[in-house]
Amino acid sequence: MAQSLAKEFTKGLWAEIPPFRLVLGLCPTLAVTKSVENGIGMGLATTFVLVFSNLLISLLRSVIPAKVRIACYIVIIATFVTIVELVMQAFTYPLFLKLGIFIPLIVVNCIVLGRAEAFASKNNPVMAVADGLGIGIGFTLSLASLGAVREILGAGTITIWGGNPVLDISTWYQPFAYMVEAPGAFAALGLMLAGMNLIGKK
Amino acid sequence: MREMLSMIVVLTLLASVSGGLLAAVKSGTELRIEEQILKFQKAPAIESLFSDVTNDPLKERFNLESGETKIQIFPGKLPDGSMAVAFETLGKGGYGGDIGLMVAINLDKDQLLGARVTTHAETPGLGSRAKDDLKFVSQFNDKPLDANLALKADNGSIDAMSGATVTSRAVTRAAIQAQTLYNDLKPEIMKQIQ
Repeated sequence: MAQSLAKEFTKGLWAEIPPFRLVLGLCPTLAVTKSVENGIGMGLATTFVLVFSNLLISLLRSVIPAKVRIACYIVIIATFVTIVELVMQAFTYPLFLKLGIFIPLIVVNCIVLGRAEAFASKNNPVMAVADGLGIGIGFTLSLASLGAVREILGAGTITIWGGNPVLDISTWYQPFAYMVEAPGAFAALGLMLAGMNLIGKK
Repeated sequence: MREMLSMIVVLTLLASVSGGLLAAVKSGTELRIEEQILKFQKAPAIESLFSDVTNDPLKERFNLESGETKIQIFPGKLPDGSMAVAFETLGKGGYGGDIGLMVAINLDKDQLLGARVTTHAETPGLGSRAKDDLKFVSQFNDKPLDANLALKADNGSIDAMSGATVTSRAVTRAAIQAQTLYNDLKPEIMKQIQ
């Protein structure tokens, strides 16, 4: 039991890490990773939704009729997304402004619906939470690392939660803004995917 | 039949529980969200409109009622001694919902001082230019209050932003609404300020 629990948790961190291995959830991945901070914010919001929607769907899996299961999943997911949106608006308003439309779009994120359909509806609540937490943290790490690559190359600095940059190479490095523009997202994601495949090649 | 019934019951129950939960969260966060909007959306707009006022418009704000809506009025003392007010109106029908527009009006001259977009959910890079690029909203600067503030395409006097006509139109709607609102509220505003 404990072993498979750990397996469900850790698979989201490497073997099935969402944007890189499953190549799912690319819309927020490409759109909001202009900075590490945005990536972490988006990732944590998605993790919250994943964990709670997985938990609830797993608890209700014997009650939900098969024919309307997708509608039920969407109602549950949309509820948690709206909660995240309101809470972010109340407590981290500047971040909410930056993520903007991509917070409500978590509702149609393939990762969330995919975990609900493929995992939570077939497993017990403890497993479902472990799965949601693992995939969510994996997603957060992916967005943060993609954001880090783009921010350091595009702006020359990395700044988290305002204040001074935690890393500043702009003294000897000339940043090119291409990396923080939209096309830079594709380039950075492609290079990181290639790198992941190279490392994971058997 | 049984299956049909269980589908209806489950989905209805889920939807109502979800609705109740969201209503609770909404009412719990409402006040804080209002504060945050004041701090991060309205305050910068007011500071940019009233860059040279000699008082604190945010501290001296007061509420007036027009019909059923409550309107926050921010008074400003201009350097030449005349009084101005700023308040926010909502322009219906933007690309991503209503667009908030903070409008400043000189009370003595009955003239617009300027306007700034506050809350919006327009497309980044297109409609969002209404807020980020002051070129569009600066067309409202120093317009007399009886000017026709519709788009030129609607026989008005404002140039639309290219590629963002829907957004531009929603902004002009907010400005036109501000004109009528000001005409209705002016006596009360004068009373409050004296």
